[in-house]
Amino acid sequence: MTDDASPIRRTNTNVAESEKSKPLPVGNVVLSNRVFYLCMAIIGGTYVFLIVAMLLADTWYVAEKTIDAASDSAEPWKAMLSENPISIALSDSKIRYSIWLSLISCTLSAVLSVIVAVPIGYLLSRHDFPGKRLLDAILDIPIVLPPLVVGLSLLILFQFRPFAFIARDVVYQIPAVILAQFSVACAFAVRTMKSTFDHIDPRCEQVAIALGSSRSQAFGWVVLPEATHGLLTAFTLAWARSLGEFGPLLIFAGATRMKTEVLSTTVFLEMNVGDIEAAVAVSLIMVFGAVTVLVITRIWGTREALL
Amino acid sequence: MISMEKLCVKTGAFCLDNISFSIPTGAYAVLMGRTGSGKTTILECLIGLRKVSSGKILINDADVTMLNPALRGVGYVPQDGALFSQMSVRDHLAFALLIRRASKKIIKDRVDELASLLGITHLLDRTPPGLSGGEAQRVALGRALSFRPKVLCLDEPLSALDRETREQMCELLHHMRQQTKVTTLHVTHNPEEAETLADCVYRIEGGQVLEVKQIQ
Repeated sequence: MTDDASPIRRTNTNVAESEKSKPLPVGNVVLSNRVFYLCMAIIGGTYVFLIVAMLLADTWYVAEKTIDAASDSAEPWKAMLSENPISIALSDSKIRYSIWLSLISCTLSAVLSVIVAVPIGYLLSRHDFPGKRLLDAILDIPIVLPPLVVGLSLLILFQFRPFAFIARDVVYQIPAVILAQFSVACAFAVRTMKSTFDHIDPRCEQVAIALGSSRSQAFGWVVLPEATHGLLTAFTLAWARSLGEFGPLLIFAGATRMKTEVLSTTVFLEMNVGDIEAAVAVSLIMVFGAVTVLVITRIWGTREALL
Repeated sequence: MISMEKLCVKTGAFCLDNISFSIPTGAYAVLMGRTGSGKTTILECLIGLRKVSSGKILINDADVTMLNPALRGVGYVPQDGALFSQMSVRDHLAFALLIRRASKKIIKDRVDELASLLGITHLLDRTPPGLSGGEAQRVALGRALSFRPKVLCLDEPLSALDRETREQMCELLHHMRQQTKVTTLHVTHNPEEAETLADCVYRIEGGQVLEVKQIQ
């Protein structure tokens, strides 16, 4: 009996062992990968759809009003050109003023932001010093602070000396527009420049120094040319951020027409008086301005990379 | 002549203690050691990129321990070349001379001389992104030699190259050495490079530098 049973037991053991040593299946990887990318695409696509839909809604609204104006007019083609909400907005001298002020103030605040962001980003990226973590945290304050609080803090700051001496020429004047935009935009430029310098190999700078360069020569001849893309990105980001700035402007520079009115203020003022058509038209002008700056800097950046 | 006297360096948990050795003027010295043994640290101390805790570094009998790296007159070729991506090869060779405000004629002559010595005349108008590993190392070598340094430091310059290119570079380094007679410290972990190039070989082991091949 024992003799008969033992081969069967052995066979059973062998089967169990071969079952154990058999490689385990990994499941349907192909299907799993497809589901993974489908989920990624759906989640990401929802946000992209939201952005595009918002812009399309603005454009459609303006187009609808243009068609309405054309159908009510005896000369539809002429009306389409001259009586669409954007043309009406552009013919308004107050809006033209706000476009110019926006262009000038955004460019100035973006240039100032880059000028300030370069040394801060460089020092944070290359050197360790006491209080570095604190400085890093302070530089994030304008990003996390509610915009209205930035404006209010600026307003209060200009009540104290030495700022109080120039308060008459700054507060509720054009310099206040630039300062309010700069205060927030610069924080974004600093983040961009720090990350740019983090990605530039410090070895190049060390070689330049060993070749006889001073720190400033190594920075100007080697580091800065390598940071061109980062500079362009910082400028674009600061410019776009300045264009969208509203809260600090309202508190610190006011919303006086033909004085401290920029495009974001115009949208607010037009909405306040119930002129949604003008508000949407100005919004589209802002979209056009931001996209133009983005495209120009991207093309410039790509051309630099190709050369 | 390069001399290190009782050199101590501390970087975090890593420590090199009481390092002493000297390389005669005009010699080609190879410093060997395992990865993490501290050979690059010694090289960086000589260039001035790393602070020394105690001890002395002498170049041609002048104490350079606390001297700014820009004033030491040491040519440096890092492992990956570290070329300046926005500059042409010509600008690389002219860089150190432009810093020293040399005249246009001197710069042009020196650039042509180096380009011909290193066989990179056809690359002068190219930028680093288009160069092969061997070409990039030639440019890095030319850039380091351009200002006729007292000392040349090479940090594993051939480690990223294929066998054939490495052999060509070894020949080039040998030729360069005969032409320039510059005192050289070459750091590597490859015994073949030491065999081919070195006048004297040093090995770093257990935090100590031992001379394993003396100058003839």
